Amino acid sequence: MAKQIQHLDRVAIRFAGDSGDGMQLTGDRFASETAILGNDLSTLPNYPAEIRAPSGSLHGVSSFQVHFAAHDVLTPGDSPDVLVAMNPAALRANLADLPPNAEIIVNTDEFTPRNLEKVGYTSNPLENDSLDGFIVHRVPLTSATIAALADFEVSKKDAERAKNMFALGLLSWMYSRPTEGTVEFLRQKFAKKPKIAAANVAAFQAGWNYGETTEDFAVRYEVKPANLEPGTYRSVNGNSALAYGLVAAGLRAHLPVFLGAYPITPASEILHELSGYKRYGVTTFQAEDEIAAVGSALGASYGGALGVTSTSGPGLALKTETLGLAVMLELPLVIVDVQRAGPSTGLPTKTEQSDLNIALFGRHGEAPLAVIAARSPADCFYAALEAARIALTYRMPVILLSDGYLANGSEPWLLPDPADLPDLRVEFATEPNGPDGKFLPYLHDPHTLARPWAVPGTPGLEHRVGGLEKADGTGAVSYVPADHDLMMRLRAARVEAIDVPDLEVEDPTGDARVLVLGWGSTYGPVGAACRKLRERGVAIAQAHLRHISPLPRNVGTVLAGYDRVVIPEMNLGQLAHVIRDRYLVDAVSYNKVNGQPFTSAELETVLEEVVRND
Amino acid sequence: MTEVPLKLTAKDFRSDQEVRWCPGCGDFAILSAIQSFMPELGIPREQITFVSGIGCSSRFPYYLNTYGMHSIHGRAPAIASGLAISRPDLSVWVVSGDGDALSIGGNHLIHALRRNVNIKILMFNNRIYGLTKGQCSPTSEFGKVTKSTPVGSRDTPFNPIAVALGAEASFVARTIDSDRKHLHSVLRAAAAHQGSAFIEIYQNCAIFNDGAFDVLKDPASRDSVLVRLEHGKPITFGASGEKCVVREPRGFGLEVADTASVPRSEIIVHDETVPGPAYAFTLSRLSDQDLSNTPVGVFRRVARPAYESLVQEQNAAARTGVADATPDDLLAELLHTGNTWTIR
Repeated sequence: MAKQIQHLDRVAIRFAGDSGDGMQLTGDRFASETAILGNDLSTLPNYPAEIRAPSGSLHGVSSFQVHFAAHDVLTPGDSPDVLVAMNPAALRANLADLPPNAEIIVNTDEFTPRNLEKVGYTSNPLENDSLDGFIVHRVPLTSATIAALADFEVSKKDAERAKNMFALGLLSWMYSRPTEGTVEFLRQKFAKKPKIAAANVAAFQAGWNYGETTEDFAVRYEVKPANLEPGTYRSVNGNSALAYGLVAAGLRAHLPVFLGAYPITPASEILHELSGYKRYGVTTFQAEDEIAAVGSALGASYGGALGVTSTSGPGLALKTETLGLAVMLELPLVIVDVQRAGPSTGLPTKTEQSDLNIALFGRHGEAPLAVIAARSPADCFYAALEAARIALTYRMPVILLSDGYLANGSEPWLLPDPADLPDLRVEFATEPNGPDGKFLPYLHDPHTLARPWAVPGTPGLEHRVGGLEKADGTGAVSYVPADHDLMMRLRAARVEAIDVPDLEVEDPTGDARVLVLGWGSTYGPVGAACRKLRERGVAIAQAHLRHISPLPRNVGTVLAGYDRVVIPEMNLGQLAHVIRDRYLVDAVSYNKVNGQPFTSAELETVLEEVVRND
Repeated sequence: MTEVPLKLTAKDFRSDQEVRWCPGCGDFAILSAIQSFMPELGIPREQITFVSGIGCSSRFPYYLNTYGMHSIHGRAPAIASGLAISRPDLSVWVVSGDGDALSIGGNHLIHALRRNVNIKILMFNNRIYGLTKGQCSPTSEFGKVTKSTPVGSRDTPFNPIAVALGAEASFVARTIDSDRKHLHSVLRAAAAHQGSAFIEIYQNCAIFNDGAFDVLKDPASRDSVLVRLEHGKPITFGASGEKCVVREPRGFGLEVADTASVPRSEIIVHDETVPGPAYAFTLSRLSDQDLSNTPVGVFRRVARPAYESLVQEQNAAARTGVADATPDDLLAELLHTGNTWTIR
């Protein structure tokens, strides 16, 4: 039977199943096939905090969403057009996210009375009318996989485990994805178990053939490649891009990188990745606690390394005293905060932007430092380089804010030529800089307001630093009132002296009266919302902050150019507070704090309302 | 190239800062002892870094003309660890007190010791909080009356030597502020040791706990309480060696006996290098809070690779062939390793 082929502009698919069903792997493979085809894409996993949740339970559901298109993609997609549900729990946990007419592929074998009961279904949703309004494909994924592997020398359990590859094969057929990469991947993954490899490849092909031959699947889809810039790409999530960025910073600065870190969700992967990059000049130190993590990094910076510490909210809270010391010592230090939903332990695997306040203000005394934020998974690479640039050039701690959404989301990244990246080389002090051959460790550069970085081992520059207030120039401990006043103002001026690029505004028609101002990971959904509004003829301007401390110099002018400023944040209005305070702009603060990223659809509605009421 | 021997003196290690401790403070004696010891190391001043926490003792780095950092309360071992790991060429010293090292910074102390980071930790123990004006510390005797414990402390104190041994320290010693010769001998042994060294220095706080260690210093009493540990020598003490250390008849401990009443062969011969920590631990328990039978000297000195040398080994193994590559080559190598694809 000839299958009908339909062309689509974009599709979002969610693979959902039990934690043990291999959904992350399945989704990741589908994304890889999609990338090789040349679509632009964005992915987002969602998995339980529990390591091994009870099988078949609602809170044991793990999912992976892939959004791909024939154009550039800004988000992993608001709601999936297709749901693959490997069991009743996966169906129940995800159904509410589906738009009308979404396609659902269910594994009918798992819809047993016992499994239905586990998740509170009193009747089988496949047999009542609860799925009316969706296009439901009933596929016996488990039994079809076992049947396909009848002639293979694998146990029934191993055969059953290959059902995710059957599903992947079916979806690969449906969306006309290339298959060679997955076959090769399976052969390599199971290189030491050739029988398992053969069974998985066979299950994958059986899934493909199932789509090709079964009448239930009458339509096949194609999504044409996007017009992507030529070059070599790799898929990165925010944490791996950030780790690459830190390595790049060290190499571009010709300095060793020292990471002091303590395991914490969702930042641990940065420690994991960097611990594998010893070859590239990185030393990692898993410290006894968050305080030792930042302390060791500061010690390494004092010794002339690029000291880095990575953490999430609770860890940042513990590090604050050391950040105050770093402000006093005027040494380079990069603090990565992969934000998660707080306060306290909060929701460790869910995303939020609620650490902006602690990043800006969370230290005793006045201890200003630089704060920047990454806007997309791949942007974490460039944000890390920028954090290092500020830390090294201006000799100060820099907090780099990422979040759980960026950390786990991934997208294709066009690999840069290293030579095109900023040159971060610094000069250590080697000679006395004061009268009579004296060394003045706190003599500040008139332009950067940075002090000399004189590392131990440099003869003639022996000096002492510490947390006590000091005199400008000599750095000697000083209780003189005028010295404290001077140093307080100097530390504030040091942050303001950082050279940051102007805030850019995107307003294609140039006649927008409403500006949406964002920071961090809201860039994708805000951008997608603006795009949809403009497609409908609604004028809207978008600006997105990389630097929050200091703010770009033109922010006030930019804001003054619009009737209304909307600030969407995954917190209860922290940037809005800063903007109102600093520029006396009555910004509209739109907030979401349910642990989930914004959808572009909700932002589209909110922004349109502001435009209409303007 | 012939090495020109360094000719430094104690004066070279004095900074230009005015020393600000209270008159009679034991810290003066320790500072002077360290300044006079440093030239013996034969290490240029710039290769030496002192890191301290917070407390009276932690003002130390300001007074030494080396590199130094006066950091935050309790965190010196963590900061010094990062420095020592990333700069194994340096001689890194930590100066701390009983509150700094054993109370607020207890976690960093034990982890630095178990890792065996090559830092020398000098813990001045005056059994009191001095800089905050006289509260009880984690080494104050049970029942001690202080500003924060007006009717007597209810806390059982730490035995710092036992804590260090429990934390897998490879070098553990105790000395006294006023005994420069002994202090020098302990510093010498610590400096020669590869890895962490923990040195407890009994130190007099003239203001808030004056005379706490007088029993160990007073010529009339010291011989009967001070147990001087010397590697390879039988452990005897008392004015004429009339007391000695022998095995307890019950359990695995040590106890004090009359030298005249035990056969010479039963007197414990001190061995700093016993592989297990149990021997040094039992030695540390000879003394009580009242300072009776107080051993001073090196309790334990065992060979164990320093943490940074193990780290360097792994780094070196990972960096084969790196010397010929430029940083940009290395970055390109990293970025292109693994799954990539090309859009034309």
